[in-house]
Amino acid sequence: MTQAVIEFENVNKWFGQFHVLRDIHLTVQSGERVVICGPSGSGKSTLLRCINRLEAHQQGRLTVLGTTLEDKLQAIDTVRRHVGMVFQQFNLFPHLSVLENLTLAPIRVAKLSPQDANDLAMRQLERVHIADQAHKYPLQLSGGQQQRVAIARALCMKPEILLFDEPTSALDPEMVQEVLEVMTELAQQGVTMLCVTHEMGFARAVADRVIFMDEGQIVEDSVPEQFFTQAQHPRAQAFISRIGAGT
Amino acid sequence: MSALLLAGLVVCVPPWLEWAWLHAVFAPNADSCQAARDVGACWGVIVEKYRVILLGRYPFDAQWRPVLASLLVAGLLIASCLPRFWHRALLWAWCGVWGLFFVLMGGGTWWGLNSGLVAVSSDLWGGLPLTLMLATLSIALSFPLAVLIALGRQSHLGAIQSLCAVYVELIRGVPLISVLFMASFMFPLFMPSGTSPDVLIRVLAGMSLFAAAYTAEIIRGGLQAIDRGQIEAASSLGLSYWQTQRHIVLPQALAHVVPSLMNNFIGIFKDTSLVTIVSLYELSGALGLALNGDPNWRPFKIEAYLFITLIYFSICFAMSRYSLWVEAQLAQKTKDAS
Repeated sequence: MTQAVIEFENVNKWFGQFHVLRDIHLTVQSGERVVICGPSGSGKSTLLRCINRLEAHQQGRLTVLGTTLEDKLQAIDTVRRHVGMVFQQFNLFPHLSVLENLTLAPIRVAKLSPQDANDLAMRQLERVHIADQAHKYPLQLSGGQQQRVAIARALCMKPEILLFDEPTSALDPEMVQEVLEVMTELAQQGVTMLCVTHEMGFARAVADRVIFMDEGQIVEDSVPEQFFTQAQHPRAQAFISRIGAGT
Repeated sequence: MSALLLAGLVVCVPPWLEWAWLHAVFAPNADSCQAARDVGACWGVIVEKYRVILLGRYPFDAQWRPVLASLLVAGLLIASCLPRFWHRALLWAWCGVWGLFFVLMGGGTWWGLNSGLVAVSSDLWGGLPLTLMLATLSIALSFPLAVLIALGRQSHLGAIQSLCAVYVELIRGVPLISVLFMASFMFPLFMPSGTSPDVLIRVLAGMSLFAAAYTAEIIRGGLQAIDRGQIEAASSLGLSYWQTQRHIVLPQALAHVVPSLMNNFIGIFKDTSLVTIVSLYELSGALGLALNGDPNWRPFKIEAYLFITLIYFSICFAMSRYSLWVEAQLAQKTKDAS
């Protein structure tokens, strides 16, 4: 029995005059793995950032894990606790060691004891195959390693939803694979994932749904096989042929 | 260039050595000093007057009290600089040491308890203990205020933002001297008589409020250097605004501005010499006190000034070296793997 964890109903957002999200309708079920793609400026990152309210939408209704996100919401921190996010630029805390990056929120937000937080952090570091770097500082690691630490940091809060905002776009090509492998492993473990990415191989391999956005609208929403072979929208067709992901 | 420098040294150093060492008078004897005038330095003035210079008008028999009080503060200051003492207990140690400092200096009765020491009113405190106390406390008190003002200026709440901006602009718009005058002479006029706090407290408050405006601007510079992504990452983990500031933003922002912060602290330390204006005789004021009224020794002010210059310099130099050390410690964390 699945249950809706994210519900966009007629959501609109503007950046000044620019209409960045238009009439978004989207429901994500628990355990679903959704890949969001589209040309740059199409609103896919903004859509993702509305889910943990790094951006606020202006019209419509957005419900995350049963909480409706609105201006007066005081409990935004409790929603964010359960929604992990991985950023394009990693955004690790450079003044804290890898281990401290991971234990900060479990200790301060989830109120774990330092010992429990350390154990938890080491388990998550093992999950992303980087436990041997626990005592280094972020800037002493390669980009791929930093992104895996960032994934482990999000996992430490035991999130019910994981958001990935172009997690491999800032990486050197030879490091993309190690991050995608970790993400694939996570996907196979049943975490609800929304991932903005242009890695169509990843979309094919793990996604339950592929969403294609253009000019602030969702114009395709289908299973990967159908998306890559029978996309309806001309923009989606053009996008697929341009990145060479079609058959 | 080096040759020029060397030549300069050869010309300047020997005559100076002759004055400061070979022809100098070390005995506290005003007549032999007078005889050696213009030829040799009179270090005897320091031997004769060092207690007044260092401790001001504090009653002679009780001078062990300011000495002990200063040693306590100086000792804890040095301990506070060492990372191995960075525990919560240090905060309690500071509270204890300041309590002791004021009881030792003031004597008399505190909170209904008799300290067993003769009461010494605060206008008799002076010299190095006063300088140490004013500098340390005004830095320590202004810093938290400065952090709040700097954060306030970054706030999304318009009222808080303008309040903090107005505070900084107002305080920066007046010289410290006038703040000190207001604290010591004007403030009591606005208060019902007898309810005004001690002049020392008023001056300390004035200096702290003044220093906070400058420190706040330095910290604001550091805050501006923090990438938005850092705050977003903290938010996405569920950290609250204050947790984000405390654990993510401030540690990085302050690390960015260590050199200018220390520069500012050194400035505050030297600004304590301005309290002479309102009849508080800190180190440089006590020097005037020691020599101006004594015609025998008044001619040898230069030597005495060199003496306190050395004291100021040693402390400022230690501060700047410490700041370099802190910078080096911070740099290690962000060093690339390469």
